[in-house]
Amino acid sequence: MPSDPTPTGGMTAQGAAAKASIAGVESVPGVAKPDAILTVDNVVRRFGGMTAVDVGHLEVQRGIITALIGPNGAGKTTFFNLITGFDKPSSAAKLIGGPKADEAARSQFNGKSLSGVGAAQVAKRGMVRTFQLTKALSRMTVMENMRLGAKDQPGENLLVSVIKPLWIAREREITAQAEDLLARFKLLDKKDDMAGSLSGGQKKLLEMARALMSEPTMIMLDEPMAGVNPALTQSLLGHIQSLRDDGMTVLFVEHDMHMVRHISDWVVVMAEGKVVAEGPPTTVMEDQAVIDAYLGAHHNTDLGDDALLSDEVAEELAKEVEEEDKRTEGDA
Amino acid sequence: MNELLTTLNAILASIISPGTAALAIAAIGLNIHFGYTGLLNMGQAGFMLIGAYGFVISITAGLPLIVAVIIALIAATLFALILGIPTLKLRGDYLAIVTISAAEILRMIGRSSLLTSVTGGSNGLTGQSYRGPFTDLSFLGDGQSTLGPFTYDNTGSNGWWVRLVAWSLVAIISLFVFLIMRSPWGRVLRGIREDEDAVRSLGKNVYFYKMQALILGGVLGAVGGIMFVLPASLQADSMGRAMTFFIWTALLLGGAATIFGPILGSIIFFALRLLVQGLAGQFVPTSIMNSQQTEQFSWIMIGIVLMLLVIFRPQGILGDKKELSFNAK
Ligand SMILES: Nc1ncnc2c1ncn2[C@@H]1O[C@H](COP(=O)(O)OP(=O)(O)O)[C@@H](O)[C@H]1O
Ligand SMILES: [Mg+2]
Repeated sequence: MPSDPTPTGGMTAQGAAAKASIAGVESVPGVAKPDAILTVDNVVRRFGGMTAVDVGHLEVQRGIITALIGPNGAGKTTFFNLITGFDKPSSAAKLIGGPKADEAARSQFNGKSLSGVGAAQVAKRGMVRTFQLTKALSRMTVMENMRLGAKDQPGENLLVSVIKPLWIAREREITAQAEDLLARFKLLDKKDDMAGSLSGGQKKLLEMARALMSEPTMIMLDEPMAGVNPALTQSLLGHIQSLRDDGMTVLFVEHDMHMVRHISDWVVVMAEGKVVAEGPPTTVMEDQAVIDAYLGAHHNTDLGDDALLSDEVAEELAKEVEEEDKRTEGDA
Repeated sequence: MNELLTTLNAILASIISPGTAALAIAAIGLNIHFGYTGLLNMGQAGFMLIGAYGFVISITAGLPLIVAVIIALIAATLFALILGIPTLKLRGDYLAIVTISAAEILRMIGRSSLLTSVTGGSNGLTGQSYRGPFTDLSFLGDGQSTLGPFTYDNTGSNGWWVRLVAWSLVAIISLFVFLIMRSPWGRVLRGIREDEDAVRSLGKNVYFYKMQALILGGVLGAVGGIMFVLPASLQADSMGRAMTFFIWTALLLGGAATIFGPILGSIIFFALRLLVQGLAGQFVPTSIMNSQQTEQFSWIMIGIVLMLLVIFRPQGILGDKKELSFNAK
């Protein structure tokens, strides 16, 4: 694993290769990809009369960073839940009634159907997700959180668990792996602290590191940057890039376009439950449909610039952090 | 002075009594449910009942002791499956509602006059009718022995033999729970207690683990039930809602999610009651409180202790505040 991720700035060879793999793919919603790891069809989710998600066809290219963006309430989290087995599409095939076979929700991951597959099973197949609202296991230590993420643990079987020698070897392995990851995420000195005592941003990092413990093929991050302080954001972006450089497929949700522009190889835009645009970041951000649907409030911002790195934005972020600190102090 | 000695003696006797051990075993089971997995089982007495009935009915049907025990444990497993299959996929409160009702239903069936020939109805069954095969196993022989302040029959109906077996079981079960809870299996349970969706997202079959925990804790409840009726009699009402409440009190008193918490809690639970009752009996004139009232008073004190505990030491006596306080969430 590369120990020195290159944040935001220049592009690594792997990054270039990833971009190259989708070069020439048209910027059309639902376009076919040369090597799709995830394919979804007819995924609809209604809450009462409201349609939160209605995606006709979407493919995610293997080995690249795909950003899923869209305004609040666009249905990004719901879409994540549907793919990862935490929620069922309203359009799922049913034994009786339900939609016609060719209109029923279908999704495929790594060549296998995900229809009706439960959340745990989806994760076991190599698609691991994190949550927008962090789910750190508060009253367990950081290290125990990490260990829980590892797969193939013989000690997780009740009958085996009684006899320590049967699982201690694997336990040592995963502990070493966890220390490695914690060091990368600058959490190693917190390993014996309760996860509940971490700051919001650290919890995000822990959750991401924990998801990586299972060495997934594809990682799905729901707003990994939200609540993380700007200094950490930079290194987090670096981490995400280094995952791609390790060969992992990354799909991440973010509603801040600036973050997205710097690290994603491909961008999918959702609005009101639908995929309204997709394409390379620069192309997508010039797309009139995106500007209309998503950017109403920010239409005076130049989306194509390197605003993330400009002084102005840095100052703005610093101000936000200050306010955040004040607020947390107030709570304490 | 004499009365104080009697009280002290009663307290010491309660510490090693098989009833305390039975409560401790049931509380260890509840600890697996609630302390480690976060399952709200409000009917642990139901598991005790099913264990006791499974055991006693098998014995009276003439089955060998070991078979009777196995039947009792299988019955508790089935009971856990029946309660768990529909509820463990739902929010936690559903299990609470279902367990409390199921335990009541069991008790009603047990005391129903329709089944008098099998269960003895509301009068229950005397210990003599099923104790035989258990006391026959005793290698302590006849006669009495004295150990410190205690003198009991070596075997008898409520002597050293049942104490030896009950407390050995407490020790073995505690060791077992220690072993499984320090393992990755125990870690998955604790993860589920904290946030089951997070554990699911890490590829663990949460439903399956919760079911294992429910069965394991329920089976321990059944073992507690058997130990509870062996030195006494089997009577459905002795394992009702009050019993579930005692088990919860013992667990929370001692400290949930700890190995010795349920045991210490059970001991203190009985000792405290006897102490209050004894002191009240001695120092409060009968014109103010008669002996029946002192008993009720001792229950009131238990309730007050529980309230103080919730307020001032929510993690129990042995609990780690950082790990578990039962007011959290
Ligand atoms: N469990 C639910 N019940 C009812 N409405 C929901 C539920 N979950 C999400 N929604 C609605 O679905 C829409 C999409 O929400 P969400 O997927 O969280 O959006 P995003 O993650 O893009 O901000 C929102 O309007 C939200 O209010
Ligand atoms: Mg969201």
